[in-house]
Amino acid sequence: MKKLSARRRHPLAAVVVLLLALAATGGLYAAFAPAEKAQADSSAQSLAIDEGKKLFAVGCSSCHGLNGQGTSDGPSLVGVGSAAVDFQVGTGRMPAQQPGAQVPRKKNIYSQAEIDQLAAYVASLGPGPVAPTTEQYEPSTNATTNAEQVAKGGELFRTNCAQCHNFAGKGGALTNGKYAPSLEGVDAKHIYEAMQTGPQNMPSFPDTTMPEEQKREIVAFVRHTNDEPNQGGLALGSLGPVTEGLFGWIFGLGTLIAIAIWVAAHTTKAKKS
Amino acid sequence: MSHDMSENLPEAHGASHGTDVVSHDDPFADPGLPAHEPRRTDIDERAAKRAERQVSLLFVVSMLATIGFIASYASIDADKLVYIFPLGKVSALNFALGTTLGVALFCIGAGAVHWARTLMSDHELPAERHPIEADDDVRNDVIEQFKTGAAESGFGRRKMIRNTLIGSMALVPLSGVVLLRDLGPLPEKKLLHTGWVDATASRPIKLVNMNTNEPMKPEDIVQGSLTFAKPEGLEESAEDFQQQIAKDALMIVRIAPEDIKDSESRDKGFEGILAYSKICTHVGCPISLYEQQTHHALCPCHQSTFDLADGARVIFGPAGHPLPQLKITTDEQGFLIATGDFDEPVGPSYWERPR
Repeated sequence: MKKLSARRRHPLAAVVVLLLALAATGGLYAAFAPAEKAQADSSAQSLAIDEGKKLFAVGCSSCHGLNGQGTSDGPSLVGVGSAAVDFQVGTGRMPAQQPGAQVPRKKNIYSQAEIDQLAAYVASLGPGPVAPTTEQYEPSTNATTNAEQVAKGGELFRTNCAQCHNFAGKGGALTNGKYAPSLEGVDAKHIYEAMQTGPQNMPSFPDTTMPEEQKREIVAFVRHTNDEPNQGGLALGSLGPVTEGLFGWIFGLGTLIAIAIWVAAHTTKAKKS
Repeated sequence: MSHDMSENLPEAHGASHGTDVVSHDDPFADPGLPAHEPRRTDIDERAAKRAERQVSLLFVVSMLATIGFIASYASIDADKLVYIFPLGKVSALNFALGTTLGVALFCIGAGAVHWARTLMSDHELPAERHPIEADDDVRNDVIEQFKTGAAESGFGRRKMIRNTLIGSMALVPLSGVVLLRDLGPLPEKKLLHTGWVDATASRPIKLVNMNTNEPMKPEDIVQGSLTFAKPEGLEESAEDFQQQIAKDALMIVRIAPEDIKDSESRDKGFEGILAYSKICTHVGCPISLYEQQTHHALCPCHQSTFDLADGARVIFGPAGHPLPQLKITTDEQGFLIATGDFDEPVGPSYWERPR
């Protein structure tokens, strides 16, 4: 204490006090503000819908219409459900960058709270698939159960998903510029929602034909495949023997031929001609 | 060897290199080989020593790499992972084994090439070409022997022997052709029918979801969804499951009835639920790249594209037929059922295909 009071007239004392005061104010605000907000959310669903309608008017209505009824530029959102909104906005696909064969994944500019408000508004337009909870999409953390889910998920993935997304989830081409995107680095929730809602040209896999548990198993498999180390070195997009053969013949053999030509072109003669 | 051949070298024939290579009376005379130029290692003993050390160094590096290979095999844990820049996360053991073995083999090759280029003799040796045919004496002798043999055997005179011999020689290969029959049973009607052939109006077969292994109701199939189905009773544990599913597999989609352009196709379906064969009519790849907005199904093998909203008409690619569609309906419990086989054979075309 003596040390502190001894320095109270130091030229930097005022600055230190100011910084401490600012940190305390900011810290207290951060500690209390979100709590109040969460209370407001849970207490008033209609408030979220109102907020969502405002966000919708700004970001979505130019294509989907002021009431989400759809226009020539965008489909109707009646009955698409909160899961579709959470997927499309959460992966940055919506708002769309430009019209085209397919709307690509890009950086998401909305906070999760804003997405939830948008989803609440769109869900209020008509009943549809509901955004899943963590227990629904998150695979088991128990190692044995998880391994079981990965094994079953692999089988389901090869039956239902691999034809478009490639057996290692690297994605692939479809017709007229459309494509199945890579599943690398996609959130478990978004994979689950994509299966639920069938975004863009992807068919949906509703709970009636693919139960929740099976979707969770597919999520477990995709996550396992993404995290899996590459035992064989360069995967070349996991496209299989065609790319590997092409690479071997053109680049492997090409390098050998280039070396042979280089060796033969450089004379060892003392008098260079 | 080089001593024997030296008489063929231009020096031996009095050609002098570099100055007077073209004889004046014959403008097309053989100019001979260019003069032999020595290498640095031929004239400088220190350069030769250095090259020798370089070759040996390469061989020593190869030895070290082989020792490294054995050491990594013995010491690196098979589960250990390392991050290596362009490759990403790879197995440390595989990477070490591949690198050391690669270095060991490369250094042997590089050492051998460097040795040959710098230190082994590089004197040019022409190898003269000789005519391939034998000389006249040998040829006449062989022709004489053949004529004598032909006359003594009477092959030209006794025509019956000649003709029966030709006949027997022509027939012998037939026994080999007959044995080809053992390659397998004849296909008979197998290509014409699938597992759905057992379905009749009185004994229908339920469509079973491949995911859940349960029969399906129409309300389970929502618009825009994709489901794969097999006939009830075909179990994955069955011995011939792979052969059967290669013909029986169904791709089930639901399209708003007003969007279905082909009325025959709409009638075969149930309230917009259409059950198409999953097997491409080109070469039989499983086809299920379904785009739910355009209703196109794309085959991943050769890009044949079928419009499932228009009776699976081929709109692109090499497939010759639309995908066969299975007629479906529901039973009294509301499950989706088939009451007969496909109208036409599934999968690729073949000679005896009815249409």
